[in-house]
Amino acid sequence: MSIRTRILVILALIALSVFYLIPRDVTVRERDLQTGVMHDRTEKRMPLKLGLDLQGGMHLALELDQSKQVSADPGRDLDLALTVLRKRIDEFGVSEPVIQKVGDERIVVELPGIDDPARAKSIVQRSAFLEFRITDETNALEKAIPGMDRVLRQMGVRAEGAAAGKPSAVEQLLGGDSASKPAPKGAAPDTAKKPAPSRSEGAAAPDTTSADTATAANVGGGVLAGLIQPAAGGTPGEYMVPETAFPRVDSLLNLPNVARQLPRGVTLRWSSTPTSVGVESYRFLYALEDKPIITGSNLEDAQAQIDPLTNGPIVTFQLDRAGGRKFGNETARHVGDYMAILLDGRAQGRPPVIQSRIARNGQITLQGRTLQEAQDLALTLKAGALPIPLKIVEERQVGASLGADSIQKGITAGIVGTALVVLIMLTYYRLSGALAVAALALYILFTLGGLSLMDATLTLPGLAGIVLSIGIAVDANVLIFERIREELQHGKTVRLAVDEGFKHAMNAIVDSNVSTVLTALFLFQFGTGPVKGFAVTLIMGIAASMITAVFVTRTFYMVWLDRRPTMATLSI
Amino acid sequence: MLRFFANAKYDFIGVRRWAYGVTAALILPSLLVLLVRGLNYSIEFTGGTLVQVRSHKAVDVADIRTGLDREGIHGAEIQNFGAPGEYVIRARVAKPGTDANDTQVTAAAVNQALDAVLGAGNYTVIRTEAVGPKVGGELRQKAFLAIFLSFFAVLAYLAYRFEWRFGLAAILATAHDIIATIAFIGVMHLEVSLTVVAAVLSMVGYSLNDTIIIFDRVRENLLKHKKMRFEDILNLSINETLPRSILTHGTTLSTLLALIFFAGEVIRPFALVMFFGVFTGTFSSIYIASPVLMAIERRWPGALARGHMGPAAAATPAPTGRKVQPVGS
Repeated sequence: MSIRTRILVILALIALSVFYLIPRDVTVRERDLQTGVMHDRTEKRMPLKLGLDLQGGMHLALELDQSKQVSADPGRDLDLALTVLRKRIDEFGVSEPVIQKVGDERIVVELPGIDDPARAKSIVQRSAFLEFRITDETNALEKAIPGMDRVLRQMGVRAEGAAAGKPSAVEQLLGGDSASKPAPKGAAPDTAKKPAPSRSEGAAAPDTTSADTATAANVGGGVLAGLIQPAAGGTPGEYMVPETAFPRVDSLLNLPNVARQLPRGVTLRWSSTPTSVGVESYRFLYALEDKPIITGSNLEDAQAQIDPLTNGPIVTFQLDRAGGRKFGNETARHVGDYMAILLDGRAQGRPPVIQSRIARNGQITLQGRTLQEAQDLALTLKAGALPIPLKIVEERQVGASLGADSIQKGITAGIVGTALVVLIMLTYYRLSGALAVAALALYILFTLGGLSLMDATLTLPGLAGIVLSIGIAVDANVLIFERIREELQHGKTVRLAVDEGFKHAMNAIVDSNVSTVLTALFLFQFGTGPVKGFAVTLIMGIAASMITAVFVTRTFYMVWLDRRPTMATLSI
Repeated sequence: MLRFFANAKYDFIGVRRWAYGVTAALILPSLLVLLVRGLNYSIEFTGGTLVQVRSHKAVDVADIRTGLDREGIHGAEIQNFGAPGEYVIRARVAKPGTDANDTQVTAAAVNQALDAVLGAGNYTVIRTEAVGPKVGGELRQKAFLAIFLSFFAVLAYLAYRFEWRFGLAAILATAHDIIATIAFIGVMHLEVSLTVVAAVLSMVGYSLNDTIIIFDRVRENLLKHKKMRFEDILNLSINETLPRSILTHGTTLSTLLALIFFAGEVIRPFALVMFFGVFTGTFSSIYIASPVLMAIERRWPGALARGHMGPAAAATPAPTGRKVQPVGS
């Protein structure tokens, strides 16, 4: 290859690297989610994609949470959940999110630049299972309470008075269910898709309770009788429990023997938030018909709005055609009844009375929530419910400030490291060292350009890898220079020594680099995000160092020797 | 011309028994410490929750601990990280009675404890890592697999490029490096994270690099000096590559020092492991890889090494030659 061609190749490589490193606008063609029409969007393409650890953001690994609800077909449910998450995150509006299935049982979600991790998590995790149920009008719970208390007495559970906020030792012994039931924080969804399995086992139980129906709810001093009272207002099936006793009552009601006392066809649900009645805070408990009249699967659209009357946020929704027909029929049949709106198994607000037939439009009133929460709810409702709740098995979140900090520190380390390497090379090899430094500058350019070309993600370990590789990259040059020195020592002419030096150093350079690439490949295969980023920079760095040390430095020498054909001593 | 160790004639191989003693004296007690204390695995591998917070006011670490205990999280590690008011909390054990694979329960409890101690809104969470034991186990398994498989891939490559004798010697040197590095990590009590595993693998690559460059010279010199004894060939090759080694190690160590001092807390363990790796890699190339190659060639001489094992190498055991021989005559 002539000097001319070599220089052209180098210039082309420089141009290519620079081209890939200049931020520019790219056009993205995508489908509009509302209208389904394709349209073009222009966005700035930054040359090096930063990893979550550098730009800040969130990485979540999710699995099906089967502690409350067992999936019949986990593979299908995971695929469904993936689709739902894609829709939700699209609507949420994160730039360049990653949502993908990893293995057979895990979904990985990466959200760059998230500034509100709690909100992002709730959008990802919320089941968003919406259902409407008619409240129980047979006083089933009141009738069942004496029977429940008798069972509890037999188990040794005693009343503690109204201030039973802290779980007792007995409850901790018996109430093993409390861990699997929603905690008072309200984060864990309690999806009511299927009735609790214990209910069907207890099919014969109602007979035992009917004997006690005469006993009034508040008589007898039983644990539950003292804590559960009918709510004021006369809504059938509505009860209230002091907020302090809520976790305890919840765990007691979930004991299989207690739950069995409730007649078939009736199920209990809590309200989503506590309500203040006077100075006390109460939690509403609803006895509801087992079968929902309609669920969110018939939902077509949902929007968050501010209710002009109450000034509180509401979510209005439209049902699809089939849903509208079914809802219309059911509401027409239940005019005058009360209908609870359940989201993830918790009642939203107090059940409204059905005034007349309701067709396709409805609304959910959210008490004491912000408009943003209403928007998030509308978003998740529209995207659909998760078939099975998801649990987060891995979370990594880095604040944007920490990321910026890391970049700053990495760059400082890079500058100091490069300065030291340049100093060593210039002191030791003088003019030849200067050639190596020029090659090193190109090395850095090529590495970054190559990373951009490969659309690689730059992570913090990757950044460290680049800094480290600057020190290692000169190795190829060092090998060559040392060879040239040896050849010169053997009395060869400058030109011959340079030729021989390059030729003999090749073997060692290739062998050592291949072994490094091999280890890097395994790192890439088995590493997670940040470490993968490291492996990529390592591989890219090796490729770039081969090019610069072998090809670029060689060309520099050729030009140099071409200009000074009679050079007797080499500055090396 | 500035040149270090030009035309050096050190008898590296001759003093190899001393070197064995030194490395054994360093590694064995370190491994003992390691056995007693165990490795300090990161959250990624053990599972658990790490929260890094930046608080407006500095509080006593003990206060945070009390707050965590109140939330049912016991035995958490709390560390002042960098600036005052910046803390890293590592809770390796999930909140009792909860599903450890559901990482959110413990994370929520940590946040609640911080709300109580620092006051909600008085601090910002700048980093969270929550890993369930299941994911942790998988990551651990993958890390081991990566080290193990790269080991064999490199062996295969070396066997292909050189011959199995060289490959085996290089791999044994690498094994020494890994053991020495693990001992180093144990003694320094560095946190073993995925990044540190990456450092160990990079160190392996770097050390192999060094070994290969010497072996490359050995192969060349075996062809060039037909009559020279194998031990002398090794010494010659090591001495010839010495200037290169000094310079490359110098530049690599400079960038590593820059990383150690300027790149921050997250990268420091990585840089420290690599820093150590440069030394152990150099040592093992000279004192493990080369003598092992000699031992292998003595027992099962390859085509290249035949004729370098002294007079009548095949019939009588090769001389152990402890005497310093003039090199490169």
